[in-house]
Amino acid sequence: MDTYSILREIADSWVLLAMTLFFLGVIVWAFRPGSKSVHAETANIPFRNEVSPGSVETPASKDASIKELQS
Amino acid sequence: MGNYIKLVVLGIITLIAAIAANWGRDIAYVVHAVIIMIISGYLFLRTLRQTDEPIKPVATDGYMDDVVRAGVIATTFWGVVGFLVGVVIAFQLAFPALNFEFLQPFGNFGRLRPLHTSAVIFAFGGNALIMSSFYIVQRTCGARLWGGNLSWFVFWGYNLFIVLAATGYLLGATQSKEYAEPEWYVDIWLTIVWVAFLAVYLGTIFKRKEKHIYVANWFLLSFIITVAMLHIVNNLSIPVSIWGSKSVQLFAGVQDAMTQWWYGHNAVGFFLTAGFLGMMYYFVPKQAGRPVYSYKLSIIHFWALIFLYIWAGPHHLHYTALPDWASTLGMVFSIILWMPSWGGMINGLMTLQGAWDKLRTDPIIRMFVISLAFYGMSTFEGPMMSIRAVNSLSHYTDWTIGHVHSGALGWNGMITFGALYFLAPRLWGKESMYSMSAINWHFWLATIGIILYAASMWVTGIMEGLMWREVDANGFLVNSFADTVSAKFPMLVVRGLGGVLYLAGALIMAWNIFMTIKGGARQKALVGVTTA
Repeated sequence: MDTYSILREIADSWVLLAMTLFFLGVIVWAFRPGSKSVHAETANIPFRNEVSPGSVETPASKDASIKELQS
Repeated sequence: MGNYIKLVVLGIITLIAAIAANWGRDIAYVVHAVIIMIISGYLFLRTLRQTDEPIKPVATDGYMDDVVRAGVIATTFWGVVGFLVGVVIAFQLAFPALNFEFLQPFGNFGRLRPLHTSAVIFAFGGNALIMSSFYIVQRTCGARLWGGNLSWFVFWGYNLFIVLAATGYLLGATQSKEYAEPEWYVDIWLTIVWVAFLAVYLGTIFKRKEKHIYVANWFLLSFIITVAMLHIVNNLSIPVSIWGSKSVQLFAGVQDAMTQWWYGHNAVGFFLTAGFLGMMYYFVPKQAGRPVYSYKLSIIHFWALIFLYIWAGPHHLHYTALPDWASTLGMVFSIILWMPSWGGMINGLMTLQGAWDKLRTDPIIRMFVISLAFYGMSTFEGPMMSIRAVNSLSHYTDWTIGHVHSGALGWNGMITFGALYFLAPRLWGKESMYSMSAINWHFWLATIGIILYAASMWVTGIMEGLMWREVDANGFLVNSFADTVSAKFPMLVVRGLGGVLYLAGALIMAWNIFMTIKGGARQKALVGVTTA
């Protein structure tokens, strides 16, 4: 068989299956038990380290001050 | 020791560039050789003057924000340039007399058009992406940029690529691949710069202080890696001579067409979508003051987007020599892609849940919201246009141009403006932008400009499509091509006026950013401004 046909056959069988399973696995992994706290922690990353590495800011205080300044 | 190696390398580059300037076979190549000779000669002298001098201490703590500041200025500058060229070519289409005789061949539509597309996508958009990825990766990793001055190499190297590409188009060097026009040596240079970009980015992620990698970095990293892959494969070519700019593509025929649109559509998918989504996932939560609506959704958004986008390219090749199965595949994946796109849009918009009042008071958040709204609109329009039956009406008409601009001006432009307004006061230690009402003006000028643009292009595009397919009772075509051209005239003028409004908004922004940088005393430092 020529290269094209071999690659084509692999692509629309095993590779397709592997990619679909990987994708479904990602979704299952996102919804795994215990992911909630991890995600909450990760989602708050933008509100830390803003001024310099390691600086702590809370979104509320930070944003209130910016909003005051802008109005 | 390092300086001696640098001197040798720079000296050799200057020498080769001088030889190339002498032996060059075409004007674009000669001009580029002179540009490279001057730059490497300057760097040689600069390095020479620093050699064996006492070494100045280099800051290693805190964030590396100088390169981000340079990026803000470069983004603003290239934005204005790109929009200006866009307005010029829009009026050239409406009034062909604007292809002035004395400017030929440099100032005709054919050469200015790739200058416009590359200036807005790669110069404006690219600088915006590099600038924000350097800002975002430091903040979300809690780490200084890896690689010392390598990020400066990325910034200047990328902007040199833009200068080489732009001057090349004007002087007639192009490999005629849409959005990949630069010739072989410019492509090689971009590859080097891009690898350095990837190294800086990954290096910073590797030394992060945060346990997890924030989702914005996932999008930005996928943008960097995928663009590298696309760029290398689509630019596989053999130069006719190393002393000339002309090259010959490795692929031919339909394989070349498919490679080009695999590249072209994924440039949209990973440069203009994934990269800018990385900006969205950082700047929108920051400006709204609350974390992203659903982090789970953002994970699924990411994987669904990158799994699907890569297959959508063949929808550019309906009714061509491409096999039907391939263009059907592209069409199906384009339609499925609607889901993750809207998932991402909803995730961005719902981040404002409980903060919708900010739409009234904060013009920057308004920029972000309108940008997400245009993202939703163009990712609905795109899948629809990829359906073969719709495409038979829309393809080759101005509808496509309208679609591209509602995405580029609305989504990419607006989110970049928002990011610039977010960054400028923070980076220069000011409390806020110089003028908030100027942001409001910018917002409305840009929005009305886009609406004029998109609406006129819908009308003219559908009209063109219908006129081209109209047949009389005997099956003969009713309209000649020139009939459609003259029927389009009013809409082409409206489109040009929309561009003028959009450009006017960008000029107001440039003035506002200039005044913010220059104006008044430094207020309390909001971010990483080390007091001088």
